Amino acid sequence: MVVSLKNIFHSALFLVLCFFSVAGIYILLSAEFVAAVQVLIYVGAITVLLIFAIMLTAQLYSPSIKQSNEQVIPGIIIVGTLLIVTLSVLRRTSWRISTEGIEGQSTVSIGKSLLTTYVLPFEVVSLVLIAALIGAIIIARRE
Amino acid sequence: MLSLYHYLSLSTLLFCIGIFGVLTRRNAIGILMAIELLFNAVNINFVAFAKFINPQGLTGQVFTIFIITVAAAEAAVGLAIIILIYRQHKGVEVDKINIMKW
Repeated sequence: MVVSLKNIFHSALFLVLCFFSVAGIYILLSAEFVAAVQVLIYVGAITVLLIFAIMLTAQLYSPSIKQSNEQVIPGIIIVGTLLIVTLSVLRRTSWRISTEGIEGQSTVSIGKSLLTTYVLPFEVVSLVLIAALIGAIIIARRE
Repeated sequence: MLSLYHYLSLSTLLFCIGIFGVLTRRNAIGILMAIELLFNAVNINFVAFAKFINPQGLTGQVFTIFIITVAAAEAAVGLAIIILIYRQHKGVEVDKINIMKW
């Protein structure tokens, strides 16, 4: 739906649905903190940014504008081949499955490891985020 | 009970849908949305491996959080570039934007 609808606003709404489903997958995988972050950042921030940009740029409600180019048939062939190859590789691989379960709350230990083991990447990624946001503002600023 | 294979299949399917979107969309914002789908597929992979291969360590989940942060930064910069292109070209169709060709 996200990649095939003609109205790009509708596909943004389906993208929200997809993000919520992925958050549900995270909860199934017992990663509650990642699910919360997914809902907050993707649904809360990125989708709002996308819809804002769609409102600013796209000519809505004009079905005469084609949304897909002439590469649909080769795209289907390439993607289908990739899907089949990857699925067969996944089927044949024997993973070293660990049988022990996750103990306790993952949120507490994620917080601890973010501020002890991963404190340097944590600071670096915050610097990257602030630099990207300032850069975005400067790029989009009207002269 | 869902096994690792099911999660990896779901992630592969999402990744292929995202690649299809990147290949076939004409609107630049549509391409950005498809890239977000790709990020989601990779994140599902990370969390699934973190649960099934190494349940004691939390490296997969921490890495997923970093990926989400970088995705947010990427979306902000990409949308700023798209808005700038829209101001100059009055359109965001990527096959009409050829100012970097010579």
